[in-house]
Amino acid sequence: MLKQCEGSHAVAEAVALCRPEVICAYPISPQTHIVEGIGEMVKGGELKDCEFINVESEFAAMSVAIGSSATGARTYTATASQGLLYMVEAVYNASGLGLPIVMTVANRAIGAPINIWNDHSDSLSQRDCGWIQLFAETNQEALDLHIQAFKLAEEISLPVMVCMDGFILTHAYERVDMPTQEQVDAFLPPYEPRQVLDVNEPVSIGAMVGPEAFMEVRYLAHAKQMQALELIPQLAQEFKTVFGRDSGGLIRTYRTEDAETIVIAMGSVLGTIKDTVDEMREAGHKIGVLGITSFRPFPLVEVAAALKHCKRFVVLEKSLAVGIGGIVATNVRMAVTGMGLKGYTVVAGLGGRAITMKSLTGLFEKAGRDELDLVTFLDLDWKVVNKQLEREREKRRTGPAAEAMLRDIGAVAARNY
Amino acid sequence: MSALQTVKFYQTGTFTVGNRLLAPEERSVQANMQRTNSLNSGHRACQGCGEALGARYAIDAAMNATNRQLIAANATGCLEVFSTPYPETSWQIPWIHSLFGNTAAVATGIAAAIKVKQQKGQGQDVRVVAQGGDGGTTDIGFGCLSGMFERNDDVLYICYDNGGYMNTGVQRSSATPSAARTATTMPIGPEPGNPFGQGKFVPAIAMAHEIPYVATATVADLRDLENKVTHAMSIRGARYIHILVPCPLGWGTASHDTIRMARLAKETGIFPVFEAEYGEVKSALAIRRPLPVEDYLKPQKRFAHLFGKNPAVDTIARIQAQADKNIRRYGLLAKEAS
Ligand SMILES: Cc1ncc(C[n+]2csc(CCOP(=O)(O)OP(=O)(O)O)c2C)c(N)n1
Ligand code: SF4
Ligand SMILES: [Mg+2]
Repeated sequence: MLKQCEGSHAVAEAVALCRPEVICAYPISPQTHIVEGIGEMVKGGELKDCEFINVESEFAAMSVAIGSSATGARTYTATASQGLLYMVEAVYNASGLGLPIVMTVANRAIGAPINIWNDHSDSLSQRDCGWIQLFAETNQEALDLHIQAFKLAEEISLPVMVCMDGFILTHAYERVDMPTQEQVDAFLPPYEPRQVLDVNEPVSIGAMVGPEAFMEVRYLAHAKQMQALELIPQLAQEFKTVFGRDSGGLIRTYRTEDAETIVIAMGSVLGTIKDTVDEMREAGHKIGVLGITSFRPFPLVEVAAALKHCKRFVVLEKSLAVGIGGIVATNVRMAVTGMGLKGYTVVAGLGGRAITMKSLTGLFEKAGRDELDLVTFLDLDWKVVNKQLEREREKRRTGPAAEAMLRDIGAVAARNY
Repeated sequence: MSALQTVKFYQTGTFTVGNRLLAPEERSVQANMQRTNSLNSGHRACQGCGEALGARYAIDAAMNATNRQLIAANATGCLEVFSTPYPETSWQIPWIHSLFGNTAAVATGIAAAIKVKQQKGQGQDVRVVAQGGDGGTTDIGFGCLSGMFERNDDVLYICYDNGGYMNTGVQRSSATPSAARTATTMPIGPEPGNPFGQGKFVPAIAMAHEIPYVATATVADLRDLENKVTHAMSIRGARYIHILVPCPLGWGTASHDTIRMARLAKETGIFPVFEAEYGEVKSALAIRRPLPVEDYLKPQKRFAHLFGKNPAVDTIARIQAQADKNIRRYGLLAKEAS
């Protein structure tokens, strides 16, 4: 059914359609509307046979999820930013134990300085935690990916993060096609756990493992993600059969056929990039787009294949590997090893900085002329940065840097949520 | 017929009741051939480990009380490490170890899953026990514990208090007693050992959550411990039992003195043994023959610096004052002894 609704609401409804049994919630923007939505459905009796638990921290949220998932319940939670970091120990534990929890990450910057707006620092900080990470481009895809996520998680016994851009998607009202319960039921069977805390068949879960088997256990986690590389496209195909639309998969290409330059990105910024590429195509530039939906597992082969015929690639990412440059770019470079391509890293949109078509056009044109630096910070205000660097050269007690830089800009006070 | 003669218990001089003198239904769970051995033999605890003893009695009692419908969540710590050097496990019941500081929350999740499954007609009424050491409970796991209490989740949380982080080599926790030597509170400097005026007594904090049931126990009175666990399992909602479990390694006591040390902790007033319901103390195990705290402190190497040629009289007096305060606060003096 077509409906116009907030991204968070679309996800809440989609999760409810998946018949979750335990949901844990702890508030953090921009994820709040999702769990609020589900909480209302549970409390109002609309979503039956589901326990909704208001926990005291994200660490507890993931821990409750671990307990319920290990007891055989389909389990969901959502978080963002500081919340994701606060639960990290349990995040690793959930994947280490092989528990198919599904979690929305409403992508948001990480402090300090505290910032509630969108970038991908939060989930990308957890790229090696053993969870599958899927990035949604639109609200429709966010909705669809959640339905696929439960199936994927439960088939391979690994937890899945569905990453959607905070505010840009979570708070945007868009038209979505909401599936029916029958459709979701046809796609997603009830959860059959591989391991479960069962009084009739007692097992010990989470025992200590020493050097004699630890490597093997860890390798198994890797092997499972490699299986997911095959399963993710299969599920997208199955999804299409039931729901009639393309959603998910590992990667998605756009106008790459004869492209000399291919721009690589994840999430909602792909929309802006595609619009920019359309305009540039009209102006005669041979440029295309590669969207990465599955960041973990990382589709090395598919990315390499998509870049096979281009001359250069530009990775535009909303994350920063401080001290080296890009996170996504580093992964892409692994995929193109030996291909002799020129590659550029562009760090953009940190902490909600707008990524405009104008900036992108200039950037891509520069890339087309191979005049781009290896690492570019899009729309960085060099004046402010240089002024601060100079200040720090000149005197010792320069005070808190972020505050001083804000003062230089003369910005109105940032709103805090 | 003459009046019924009241039974006197002479055999040990410790007021322990021998099973032989009790009606079969009153006998201890451990005395039963059908006990579950939830924590089976073969684990790697030190000889005389109070925690292993406490856990064995507590979990078997909980198994007995729930007709073996029990799942346990376990915090990182000695109990977890010595019981599951995989592929061996001592646990005969469904058991999960997740992390050091999240056990109460994991148990909440288990209880929630069970509830939903039951609503759906897919499972039996299974109960949940969470267990951890004092570090895993009173320090790092305290947030999750308080959350579980506050929500009144249907979990019995058992803390095995050996007064320190034993698994990592005997460091100080917020349950380490004043003046005690640990690896991080060495008996040096102007205030040797663990400083006074620090630490917390989590049973009292549990009571402040107004949960249905809070109790303390020691491994000296295992029948009392079993009874408390059994009673706890007859109640729904958040419950907390804090068990004093001497640790020969961390305390520097003889393996065969574990039970004696627990008894001395109780008989000196160092460790009050009581029960509380909804935030109010309902009963306390009376001290029959009050003993000076020296009797408890002296056999322990962690307090050795208080004795010797120049006993730390003032420090011992401060510890005595703590014990006296417990005795007053929890009404621990038995009528006949006062
Ligand atoms: C987050 C985290 N911090 C620290 C540790 C190290 N650690 C493991 S067990 C333990 C001590 C446990 O002490 P306690 O809970 O009192 O149990 P005990 O071993 O004394 O029975 C510590 C510090 C850990 N495993 N995880
Ligand atoms: S160190 Fe203490 S608590 Fe740990 S196994 Fe040994 S006696 Fe038991
Ligand atoms: Mg301890």
